[in-house]
Amino acid sequence: MEHTANDTLDFHETTEESLKLEVASQWQLMWWKFRKHKLAVISGIIVILFYVVALFCEFFSPTVPTTYLDVYATAPPQRLRLFLDGKWFPHVTGYRGERDPVSFRKTWEIDYSTYIPVGLFVHGDPYKLWGLIPGDLHLIGPKNPGDPFYLMGADMIGRDVFGRLIYSSRISLTVGLVGMVISLSFGILLGGISGLVGGAVDNIIQRIIEILMSIPTLPVWLSLAAVVPIDWPALRVYFMISIILSLISWTGMARVVRSKFLALREEDFVMAAMLDGCSRGRLIMRHMLPSFLSHIIASITLWIPGLILGETALSFLGLGLRPPVVSWGVMLQDTQKVAVIARYPWLLAPGGAVFIIVLTLNFLGDGLRDAADPY
Amino acid sequence: MVATHTTQQVAPELTMRSDDHLLEVNHLKMYFPITQGLFSRVVGYTKAADDVNFYIRKGETLGLVGESGCGKTTVGRCIVRAYEPTSGEILYRDPDGGVTDLAALEGKEIQPYRKDIRMIFQDPYSSLNPRMTVFQVISEALRVNNLASGSEMRDRVEYLLQRVGLRPEYIQRYPHAFSGGERQRIGIARSLVTNPKLVVCDEAVSGLDVSIRAQILNLLEELQDDFDLTYLFISHDLSVIRHICDRVVVMYVGKIVEVASGLDVYVDPKHPYTEALMSSVPVSNPRARDKGTRILLEGEVADPSNPPSGCYFHPRCRYAQQLCREQAPPLKDLGNEHYSACHFAEELSLAGVRMV
Repeated sequence: MEHTANDTLDFHETTEESLKLEVASQWQLMWWKFRKHKLAVISGIIVILFYVVALFCEFFSPTVPTTYLDVYATAPPQRLRLFLDGKWFPHVTGYRGERDPVSFRKTWEIDYSTYIPVGLFVHGDPYKLWGLIPGDLHLIGPKNPGDPFYLMGADMIGRDVFGRLIYSSRISLTVGLVGMVISLSFGILLGGISGLVGGAVDNIIQRIIEILMSIPTLPVWLSLAAVVPIDWPALRVYFMISIILSLISWTGMARVVRSKFLALREEDFVMAAMLDGCSRGRLIMRHMLPSFLSHIIASITLWIPGLILGETALSFLGLGLRPPVVSWGVMLQDTQKVAVIARYPWLLAPGGAVFIIVLTLNFLGDGLRDAADPY
Repeated sequence: MVATHTTQQVAPELTMRSDDHLLEVNHLKMYFPITQGLFSRVVGYTKAADDVNFYIRKGETLGLVGESGCGKTTVGRCIVRAYEPTSGEILYRDPDGGVTDLAALEGKEIQPYRKDIRMIFQDPYSSLNPRMTVFQVISEALRVNNLASGSEMRDRVEYLLQRVGLRPEYIQRYPHAFSGGERQRIGIARSLVTNPKLVVCDEAVSGLDVSIRAQILNLLEELQDDFDLTYLFISHDLSVIRHICDRVVVMYVGKIVEVASGLDVYVDPKHPYTEALMSSVPVSNPRARDKGTRILLEGEVADPSNPPSGCYFHPRCRYAQQLCREQAPPLKDLGNEHYSACHFAEELSLAGVRMV
């Protein structure tokens, strides 16, 4: 300690608690702050659950989406009961269908005398997990394959709405992500150039952004849907369109990135790093990018709901995905008639799923955004 | 250092006016373009530094004072080459005796000099990256210049932390764990990590609490002796300048109005602007307080993009005459290292700070 020029500052007692805070990195501080946002944490868990279910939808669904039992068309949801006469016996009750003699409409009544035993990890419809691994194990399903098991009712031709909902989540939750990655890279790249280079380049990029932002997307979608070859599979068509659309939807991200770079360029610590002799690349990657990476992650979370809503809306209108692809929007096509909604309201279940995931993603995004700048 | 030698061979031999000058700033101009419209047409220039001349001796502390917006920070940033000067020379004497014009260097050529001329920033909060530990912040210059690595780098950072009065154990903490004064000590350690010759202190204590200011000033003085440093001390705070500076340069609207050594600038100002500045220094003795004549300047500081004719100070000067409106005064040598840019520097008898 003979070097100490003046007294070492003994400014505060270092408790274990404060030490933990003082050596905490950005991500730790963010996590601590995020953790306090209860709604965001719960939403985060729900979002993760949705994506896990989407990833293993073959296993979580009691059926495969092509299975149908036409005798049970438009059957209402069954209630899952866990006990029978005070004993553990998970089951659903059977149906008794009758045709109305006047309107010839099929009406369903619950048959309390038949019980369909339900089990976990049952063997049912065979499937291939991710199209690769064959299996027939389902998380939940009737113990005797072929028994009716409609937790969310059946659709117009007797397919299980619950199972199709789970399968749909895979498409609906992921189909926009490729487009998003493209727009994100475009946005960060062009926004970064715009903010860092400035001058005429900035001017040109900003004017291009303004032009692109003024293009209405729905007519573009309409015409693109008409242009792509008719013999393409529906999923590829949708991919193509979302990729083309991502080429014009990077503008918002580009503006965010540009403004961040403009603000950071004036920061003293960036100038200090430049005077330390940092190269341009190091200045950006090491000193500037970490300052707003968390903001980008938060805005991605707030972006995904838009993609999900977009898919649902376009498929509902018949412009996006088409059967046999199953997505929430495709499923909702069945509910285009008011009469259908009035009679078979359970067909709106995909709307509920959209509602929950969009809401939770927004809460999660809000929490992330609040935590994104812990300083 | 290869780059240094090649530039010296190509450039004509540069010399300084005196052997003990570490830095000479000659006719330095820094004009910022004012652009307008869609195509960024240049409609004018903000003359933040307009024909600035001064020198810094080895081992001294040169004060640079003036109001906000007078261009003192711009001059500092030109010297550390954060800005590229519009024209002029910034001559720097290498440790091996050669003279280099820093203003003429481009791109990577500046790199070897970045470690010799360092900067301490005003705001201790924004000048430290909140996402990097103290160690990362201080060692960055060593790392990018390949000056040290591994345990050698760690030892150097710990040693400097100790020298600026912080515990070496704080090395893994993030800046948010420190107070303003402590952060400024970290900033000082960062500037010293490369063993610099010249340190530009840009309002280095202005952002600090008054009680901390004296500590940091004393620390800077100690470090100056121990590390053989030369300071360019930029400040608007006259009491701070008086405390630490050997010579003082006074700036007004991008131009130097007075240069004086020692306490001359305080007790014997030779420019009406300096006189007005000195009359604004608070008097600590309450009995002497009301005897002073406080000169309240009329009008606003001149617009550096549209300065007045003649002497820039004439619209606010109470001694202004016809000559002042027509002709810009040169910086005249009044002897004894005292320079003033006033036509009537010799005739006027101006009041300084009463040393009570």
